[in-house]
Amino acid sequence: MNIFDILGPVMVGPSSSHTAGAARIGAMARTLLGEEPAEAKLHLHGSFAESGPGHGTDRALVAGLLGMKPDDLRIPNAFAEAEKAGLSYAFDTVDLRDAHPNTVVIEVTGRSGRTLELQASSVGGGRILVTKVDGVDVGFTGEYNTLIIRNQDENGVVAAVTTILNQLRINVANMSLCRSRRGGSALMVIETDQHIKPHQVSFMSDLEGILSVIYYDKEEEDDVSGFDESNL
Amino acid sequence: MSLDSMSQIFEEMERSGLQFWEVVLASDMEERQVTRAESIAKMLTVWRAMQDAADSYTGRSRSVSGLVGGDGMKMRQYSIRGQAMSGGYVSEVIAEALSMAESNACMRRIVAAPTAGACGVLPAVLLPLCKYEELTQHQILEALYVASGIGSVIAYRAGISGAAGGCQAEIGSAAAMAAGALVALRRGTKEQIGHAVAMALKNLMGLACDPVAGLVEVPCVKRNVIGAVDAVSAADMALAGVESRIPVDEVIDAMGEVGRRLPVELRETALGGLAATPTGRAVKKRLHGPRPE
Repeated sequence: MNIFDILGPVMVGPSSSHTAGAARIGAMARTLLGEEPAEAKLHLHGSFAESGPGHGTDRALVAGLLGMKPDDLRIPNAFAEAEKAGLSYAFDTVDLRDAHPNTVVIEVTGRSGRTLELQASSVGGGRILVTKVDGVDVGFTGEYNTLIIRNQDENGVVAAVTTILNQLRINVANMSLCRSRRGGSALMVIETDQHIKPHQVSFMSDLEGILSVIYYDKEEEDDVSGFDESNL
Repeated sequence: MSLDSMSQIFEEMERSGLQFWEVVLASDMEERQVTRAESIAKMLTVWRAMQDAADSYTGRSRSVSGLVGGDGMKMRQYSIRGQAMSGGYVSEVIAEALSMAESNACMRRIVAAPTAGACGVLPAVLLPLCKYEELTQHQILEALYVASGIGSVIAYRAGISGAAGGCQAEIGSAAAMAAGALVALRRGTKEQIGHAVAMALKNLMGLACDPVAGLVEVPCVKRNVIGAVDAVSAADMALAGVESRIPVDEVIDAMGEVGRRLPVELRETALGGLAATPTGRAVKKRLHGPRPE
């Protein structure tokens, strides 16, 4: 937590966990899908299911899927914006075992038919935790640049990826690896301190044993080139 | 350095000769690996967002439930007519706290400080003060650093969520942040900042989080007023030389302990307090429809 988690986020109300966090989860699903979403099924759990409409959780989730940030003034009108953008959506409630009270499972289909299933929780102050991607357990927050790599479960694939990161002088902050079954596919989640460029991401996706690479770039600091403290 | 206690910040001020806000700034530069300009520019966007939220308030928005909206405007008009017993500045603080908290409930853009539910407290004491005192934008940003440093210490030691610690952790923390910011704006000493924070927090200790129908509306909007007025009175007492008999870090720890002892019904679950009154239950029933018990 930093001082701008205390004074911030700048957000559309009424609740940092139920509104701002929900918008971030929607936006995370959109980013991980990697294309314009056409259809979404949203399954609300716990407090998200209980208090959803009054906190605008439903609208904030849809707003996020449309690419809006938590401070976007169009969030209250997200349903109308979805219609304009050609995004259809449906909500229901779900009872997940051992999940954080503010949790949603999003099944989203993109324009090209690509699909993604994401489970994420809003853990307070607008911060989020992604707990499952396509049924595989993960644990990342979007507070770092994040690589989500689906790979063959075989020798040397992890080493190949980390070798490249080393050559690019990209430091790994956190890393996890989880496989569905021996010899099947596995999911690698790597959080990095530095940004990774699009051509570097596509280079990694061409490596042997790599099935797909999704890259989430954390929000950039604002451009301060015109800022002069002495004018304040 | 990490912002783990008020006394640690005070020691760092003595060691380095820096002011309170500069210690917080240095901590942010280190924590997020940003330059001084990047940090201060970001704080400026926070302040501008508070100003924009205040400027765009019309009093015409209503919350989803219909329970909230328009009271900030009523209070503003009453204040402008010169009828307020609390006088110019404090009556405007009340109006601003209501307006900002209403804007949050009505899904307008606000700055969580430290939470969305408590977003009205800090801007409510700062915005009207700009009319009554000659303050540069730099001084305001310094005050915001002070507030964020105090909030960081409270978040670390006690917590700032209603679910974990009740309303005292949200509105109480906001009041403590605002009280410290006001003392810093008046160039009070670090001891006075500490006393103001301690007194603001002490005077709201034990406050339950009991939102009707689970919404950030009733009583949250009006609780922003008591947080803001609590902050003004604590700052004035500290600047007058009144001291908290319990040191500030011990008060923060006590707030955390009280929060942990609050029954779960009084921690944002909407099962106790005002939420459990006959009227509170009726509102919930109206909004959610009948549910099997």
